[in-house]
Amino acid sequence: MALAPIADGLFEVVEGVPHLIGGRRKSDGRMVFPMPAGPEGQNYETVRLSPDGRLWSFTVQRFRPKSPPYAGADDEKSFRPYALGYVELPGEVIVESRIETDDFTALKVGAPMRLKLVPFQKVGGDVLAYAFEPVA
Amino acid sequence: MTDVHIIGAGIHAFGRHDDKTGLDQGVFAVREALKDAGLDWTDIQFGFGGSDAAGNADAVLPRLGLTGIQFINVKNGCAAGGSALLSGYWAIKSGEFDLGVVVGFDKHPRGAFSPTPADWGLPEWYGETGLMLTTQFFGNKINRYMGLHGISATTLGRVAEKAFENGVRTPHAWRREAIGLNAIMNSRMISDPLTQYMFCSPAEGGAALILASDRKMRELGLSGPKVRGAAVRTRVNGSFEVFSPSLDVERGPSPTQMASKAAYEMAGVGPSDIDVAQLQDTESGAEIMHMAENGFCADGEQERLLAEGATRLGGKLPVNTDGGCLACGEPIGASGLRQVYENVQQLRGRADGRQVADAKLGYSQVYGAPGLSGVVILEA
Repeated sequence: MALAPIADGLFEVVEGVPHLIGGRRKSDGRMVFPMPAGPEGQNYETVRLSPDGRLWSFTVQRFRPKSPPYAGADDEKSFRPYALGYVELPGEVIVESRIETDDFTALKVGAPMRLKLVPFQKVGGDVLAYAFEPVA
Repeated sequence: MTDVHIIGAGIHAFGRHDDKTGLDQGVFAVREALKDAGLDWTDIQFGFGGSDAAGNADAVLPRLGLTGIQFINVKNGCAAGGSALLSGYWAIKSGEFDLGVVVGFDKHPRGAFSPTPADWGLPEWYGETGLMLTTQFFGNKINRYMGLHGISATTLGRVAEKAFENGVRTPHAWRREAIGLNAIMNSRMISDPLTQYMFCSPAEGGAALILASDRKMRELGLSGPKVRGAAVRTRVNGSFEVFSPSLDVERGPSPTQMASKAAYEMAGVGPSDIDVAQLQDTESGAEIMHMAENGFCADGEQERLLAEGATRLGGKLPVNTDGGCLACGEPIGASGLRQVYENVQQLRGRADGRQVADAKLGYSQVYGAPGLSGVVILEA
């Protein structure tokens, strides 16, 4: 069974390729991610963002974040450190994301990255989230 | 317009004080500042107070005396204390008042700050998936900087090593034991490349300053450093700030660069004129980057400067002479005022054991969430 997305309007799959959904402000063209919700969203048009980019910065989360807001189904014992960072989508926007890799030491600013949709083990059941992974 | 002087400065030691509220520590600092100036509370014409997590700053009034003065609470993120000082500065500069107090105090729970996405206008998934931690922002920012400008992890360690060395010499510091470079480098990794001892901790403390116009100061027969420049600036498009799901591809200046430029222009001085600097060091990387953002070196030069000990006591430009946030901890409301308190001690030649010889110009810069920076330049 397909997993439900962690939030509506965050990403979409077009012809088998996942895209994040950003917003372009109508007044000045400034691009943001995610697409703003509610009344603020009326000032933006949706943009299907490129799935390919380059690593702009990164770090590794070494301890289990506090809950709330963190809602991972893991606990102190089962928690596994994860990489995260920013990926520059050329000419669009720089987005924050988890980075899917087991080799933290191989991460380098400028490395090519590609978007994928990944299951996230959330309290109450798995959902579909997004991440970038190094392009081999 | 009149000049503004700091004619009294008081502090409550930073750290953990289980038997005292944040308010207790703020009141203590005000009384110390009054004592320093030899003034009574009834002399004071106005007050600005900053507290982020320890209640209303205005609650100092029933303790100090309900004299009916104008008192305004200032809440402005991590620059709450610095913003209180700016408000007091302009109150006197405008000619409306000529003697007042600014106070900042705080008391935070132990451990990392615990934010709520909605408070920041962010969607729930951002916090749920584990992207909403201040420590990650600092790791991200310095990792990119290190990659672009050739800064090593050892240099990060040297910043913390210096901070703890200076803390040993500072009565108001929290951490007053030296920690060796190896112990810093090998302490628990928090958010790569930053280890536990490279991060400051939320803490408690209070600091207060008495401000006076030039005329009032002379009338009272007092003296004190002159505020040569003071500015607060907030983020613009293209700056990199905490809790940002996205950033602009086109990069812009940081609020620190903007506040720094404004303060130098007001003061009519440049970075090479400064004798002692207190720079925001939420973690080791922040101090490295703020050295450049405040104009004290080019990007990348920190690697050599730290190796040479240029920012240690006795170096070319001593930075964070009281150990900064790393040794003092960070009670948000008080932190920016602590920096100014330390510069007042340095410029008055009272910084026993950590005195910078012949310090004439002192620079301080406080920075933090949600993306603002405050700079003050004092002249002895």
